[in-house]
Amino acid sequence: MGFEDTALQSRILTLMTLSFHIIYATVGVGVPLMIMIAQWVGIRKKDEHYILLARRWARGFVITVAVGVVTGTAIGLQLSLLWPNFMQMAGNVIALPLFMEVFAFFFEAIFLGIYLYTWDRFEDQRKHFLLLIPVAVGAAASSVFITIVNSFMNAPQGFEVLNGELVNISPLLAMFSPAVPTKVAHVLATAFMTSAFVLASIAAYRLMRGSNHIYHKKALFLTMKLGLVFSIATAIIGDFSGKYLAEYQPEKLAAAEWHFETEAEADLILFGVLDGEEAKYAIRIPYALSILAHGVPNAEVIGLNEFPEDEIPPLWIHYLFDTMVTLGMWLAFFSFVYVVGAWRGWSIITKTWFRWLTVMTGPLAMLAIQAGWWFTEVGRQPWILRGYMKTSEGATTSGNVDLMIVLFAGLYLILGIGTVVVLSRMYKRNPVEDELAQRESNKGGEEQ
Amino acid sequence: MTLEIIGISVLWLFLFLYVIVASIDFGAGFFNAYSAFSDKQHVLTGVVQRYLSPVWEVTNVFFVFFFVGIIGFFPQTAFYYGTTLLVPASIALILLAIRGSYYAFATYGAKINHRGYIYMYGLSGLLLPAALSPVLAISEGGFIRLEGGQPSLDYWALFMSPLMWSIVVLSIAAVLYISAVFLTWYAAKAGDAKATTLLRKYALIWAGPTIVTATGIIFELRGHNPEHYANLLDLWWMFALSFLLFLGTVYLVWKRRNYGMAFILLVGQFFTAFFAYGASHYPYLLYPHLTIYDSFTNESMAIALIIAFIAGLGLLLPSLYLLFRLFLFDKDYVKGKSDYHA
Repeated sequence: MGFEDTALQSRILTLMTLSFHIIYATVGVGVPLMIMIAQWVGIRKKDEHYILLARRWARGFVITVAVGVVTGTAIGLQLSLLWPNFMQMAGNVIALPLFMEVFAFFFEAIFLGIYLYTWDRFEDQRKHFLLLIPVAVGAAASSVFITIVNSFMNAPQGFEVLNGELVNISPLLAMFSPAVPTKVAHVLATAFMTSAFVLASIAAYRLMRGSNHIYHKKALFLTMKLGLVFSIATAIIGDFSGKYLAEYQPEKLAAAEWHFETEAEADLILFGVLDGEEAKYAIRIPYALSILAHGVPNAEVIGLNEFPEDEIPPLWIHYLFDTMVTLGMWLAFFSFVYVVGAWRGWSIITKTWFRWLTVMTGPLAMLAIQAGWWFTEVGRQPWILRGYMKTSEGATTSGNVDLMIVLFAGLYLILGIGTVVVLSRMYKRNPVEDELAQRESNKGGEEQ
Repeated sequence: MTLEIIGISVLWLFLFLYVIVASIDFGAGFFNAYSAFSDKQHVLTGVVQRYLSPVWEVTNVFFVFFFVGIIGFFPQTAFYYGTTLLVPASIALILLAIRGSYYAFATYGAKINHRGYIYMYGLSGLLLPAALSPVLAISEGGFIRLEGGQPSLDYWALFMSPLMWSIVVLSIAAVLYISAVFLTWYAAKAGDAKATTLLRKYALIWAGPTIVTATGIIFELRGHNPEHYANLLDLWWMFALSFLLFLGTVYLVWKRRNYGMAFILLVGQFFTAFFAYGASHYPYLLYPHLTIYDSFTNESMAIALIIAFIAGLGLLLPSLYLLFRLFLFDKDYVKGKSDYHA
């Protein structure tokens, strides 16, 4: 072990690439739907503000997509470069959704190009709106296919191993593993939720920085409503995910919950520190783990004692799990307060401290995404393909992985900084007030 | 026709399409940087940005399609090529990132047109073929050793190999040649006489090196891989046809006639040469370790992939047609008369 261990190095590089990519991927899946909704509302209400909202989001979106293409290509290739032994095996069973993902992205990329370069080209706005549907469908489908591959890693099926050979392979059965429904739903709902909150953060930030334009208020109210809807959806799906884990990956749930002994009427442990097998300073919610796992308070929940020691995930995933759940709950609660406040005209929601909390929703949602993916990936350890292949067996034997870590760290740093600089510069140079005024005067010109 | 042949033909076709569209993209970036360097920027920038910006993501997908597809149809390639190509493929990824970020940051975004960035973008267009094409040399065998059952790449042997360097030179020359011929046509369509003249000159300059290095590689193979060389000679008529098509392109460009037909002949030239090369490589994916038969996936996966491929094409071809109609064949857009960017 140590840093010379290429398996560990490969894990670090993969972790880095995925953690960076998931930011762009989440935005890439969620924002097209937000643009669609804004443009649709604009067309229906004949409200220029919402149309412009869609347009300005689209401009920023294309930048994140371009960076996402770069990081997505990186992870696509790194799968084979860093995990050749795994890909050789997985290629036989789960190549189909990977292949389909390329088509879905292909489809999205084509229509995104068309959508972006055809603003105002059509007399009828609805025609332009139609071009957005394949973008949103393609984006969502990409994430569905990739999540299907990840589901397979967690709950492999659709093949048998006979004397070290893969036999009876069924690509479709492998695609529809038991992990698929909850995982796919969770990924989609959280992508929509996070994108809504990221856009809400931007609107709230503009409102804090002096601009009191109704445009930002409309943007904020719309995105907070969407954030609320999708955070509630996320919470409900999260509950089903718990039941999935209890059934198919009980060791992951048990490690996340520091649930050492199989028992009924199990408590849910929140936070705390581990002392041996004792959770100290933790909040214990009676029966909650049994309810999360099986829906009834007296259900038996499998504990870590049922697994060999070398097949138990690291126990620190408890904190990742808690981070994800706490942030999710907070975002649902906060957006609920905001939406009710906006309806009822509470003055609290325009207070500076409240605005700051609103600005924080986007970053917090993104943090929850990171915690969630780290949880599910670290929680699958020591397996790369649960029950069949350990992560260390899947890794490359090639040297120089450490050098590549440095190289890609530099790349991601530059891309990250570049994204922030370019996006903020783009919007600062062309504030919405100017653009609205300009569109107004253009219109005046046409009438004459 | 066996499933193996269908699989490799589909992948080879997509690799061919990538070679063509990526060459246009890489070369255009280089010409753009070169003209910025020699202060002729205004001549090319418009042409380059109008054509490249909407389609580069599509270009990139051809590449992704190839490497995802080859793992799907021939999973064992992950073991041989995945293990050994870590460093060159990572370098290629970094270079692709430079190009992608240029589109993201300089053309879509805040229009950072810093010269350094334009040069980096242009240079990456030359370095990328140099980073990717050695894989073709590696596939000829002699550079991958098996140590304790694990493949590893002999960098020194590769670095000292004249075959590898010839392939690199060919890939760069071909990128510039393909790109110049295409852009000559595009500029002519756009009615930009200045850009047409300049690009036509580039096309004629790079025609010679392309054909000379391509011929050179065939002879170098005689020493490096006699078996492959013999197979190549069996297909001499395809290379002869390719050469005739090459002459046709040069003739049309020289006479300033029908640039569209010149580009179609060029695609034909590369198509015949690329498939003749591919066919003579059969059945090896990697001499002498890997053939398309012993690396092939199971039958049910192969059939599933082919069905997915056909369904995918049904979706993609009309979409691609729409894309090209809007950005390649729409006169107003090509001429820069209409700008509807968000």
